[in-house]
Amino acid sequence: MGETLAEKILSLKSGKKVSTGEIVLANLDFIMAQDGTAPLVIKAFNEMGGERVFDSSKIAFVIDHSAPSPNEGVSSLHKMMRDFAQKYGIILYEVGEGVCHQLLPEKGHVVPGDLVIGADSHTCTYGALGAFATGLGSTDLAAALISGKMWFKVPETFELILKGKLPRGVYSKDLALFLIGKITADGATYKSIEFKGGAIKELSVEARFTLSNMAVEMGAKVGLIAPDEETLTWVNKHSRKKSNPLFSDDDALYEKSFEFNVSYLEPQVAKPHQVDNVIPIGEVEGTEISQAFLGTCTNGRLEDLEIAAQIMKGRKVKSGVRFIIAPASREIFLTAIKKGLIEVLVEAGGVVVTPGCGCCVGTHNGIPSDGENIISSANRNFKGRMGNPNAFIYLASPATVAASAIEGKIADPRKYLEKRLD
Amino acid sequence: MVLKGKVHKFNIDDLNTDYIISGRYKFKTIDMKELSQHLMEDLDESFYQKIKPGDFIVAGKNFGCGSSREQAPLVIKFAGISAVLAKSFARIFFRNAINTGLPVIECDTDQIENGDEIEVNLEEGQVKNITKNLILSIKPLPQMMIKILNDGGLVEHFKKYKGFKID
Repeated sequence: MGETLAEKILSLKSGKKVSTGEIVLANLDFIMAQDGTAPLVIKAFNEMGGERVFDSSKIAFVIDHSAPSPNEGVSSLHKMMRDFAQKYGIILYEVGEGVCHQLLPEKGHVVPGDLVIGADSHTCTYGALGAFATGLGSTDLAAALISGKMWFKVPETFELILKGKLPRGVYSKDLALFLIGKITADGATYKSIEFKGGAIKELSVEARFTLSNMAVEMGAKVGLIAPDEETLTWVNKHSRKKSNPLFSDDDALYEKSFEFNVSYLEPQVAKPHQVDNVIPIGEVEGTEISQAFLGTCTNGRLEDLEIAAQIMKGRKVKSGVRFIIAPASREIFLTAIKKGLIEVLVEAGGVVVTPGCGCCVGTHNGIPSDGENIISSANRNFKGRMGNPNAFIYLASPATVAASAIEGKIADPRKYLEKRLD
Repeated sequence: MVLKGKVHKFNIDDLNTDYIISGRYKFKTIDMKELSQHLMEDLDESFYQKIKPGDFIVAGKNFGCGSSREQAPLVIKFAGISAVLAKSFARIFFRNAINTGLPVIECDTDQIENGDEIEVNLEEGQVKNITKNLILSIKPLPQMMIKILNDGGLVEHFKKYKGFKID
């Protein structure tokens, strides 16, 4: 029997041929924690009697969730991270470097075939490079810092075959939301997802990150995309590590197989307060919004800023609407400045905040008030997610966010893109 | 381990980690006693006051979906809750709960109502609903998790074996 991509990587890293359902101990290629989880990692590390880390070059702490610190409590936790990083010589990404899930691939820490864990649920993002990457909690991370290993239950795999080509104005975010609506918030719990098919081949690596990022919103452990030429070109630009592209075998066994043609997909929106509460944009168009947010590990990449700037150029954010932009990393921010994208967005009335998680996690940088609707390019719309349980979060693509910022209500971005063609 | 107490039922699926402990608190401190006062605050403002040590939280499917924050099982434990019962759990929460020594039990929670008195027997793998005089079976945990839970969580497991003990 052949192996799925998840089985391939776990077999390689555990040094034996694994089978579904089996519990294996595997060697890790990279480990990450952020400022919401690293303090508890440090606490558990100390309680375990940790004296050294297994390999300081394979561990990074990222300060991105509350960056710069909004209060003294957070400041003392940041200091705890800095002290630990210095003591053990691990990599520290400081305030303003960007979101952990952008930084790990961008700085070359993750390549195809790697096994990566992070104390953040969206660690599955790197599945887009064909790496087995998954989120775990702080105590697991502490054990990994010491041993360089982690135990995994070998997951069953769902195969999601995406045929056709996304139409103009419809993006990988729309596809991610559509799939979550179909599979539901717990439909792939514990499973590995393999995204495949012609529609995936057509996506840029940046767009693929968006898709893998949201695999966890279906409950999945990993959201994998087999590496191709596009992937390797991207990775070689960012990393000096040796890639090990692995692929599922033709006779691999899938627990379930789904097939969708994406050629007629419309822009999608996830309504409050569940990510799987997904509808085509037509059903929610015209809903008034008070804030639009562009950024996060889902959609704060250069391509996303380009799409938004394309729509915003020469237009203005609707009076009374706050348009907040958080580039996913310093590198993206700088490139966007050089390309004139930031100028377009700020001229239109946008507000750029520090590269990082911005207002997605409700720590600072744009907490909505009671009763307000927000359109956001993030990955979660849970009640209270952005810091106020009485606000309503709608999730959509960067294009939909930009179009909605212009109109002050949820708007279909396609009309703006069509006009540009004239 | 036999646990006995009263049920606090949240009659919803997908009870996420932002409900358990909101991001507006969890990033500020790692003092779990302080954080635990905000447990489920956005669902029930006075929830913390209603808990008696040993009580249970009961909910529908996909409990604990969302963030990887270990603060979620920790605040439940520090609030005095002895175990969480749900139809199913999100995987990171499930792992975190076991690692931090909070028993998580998969069973048919439709048979349990708010205010019911229940008894959970982890060894025998059953839940007794004393109020309704019903016995519910528990979906067994993987061996690795039983070992970690019996050791008192992953910190203790790791100290005991100087690493992961798989077999």
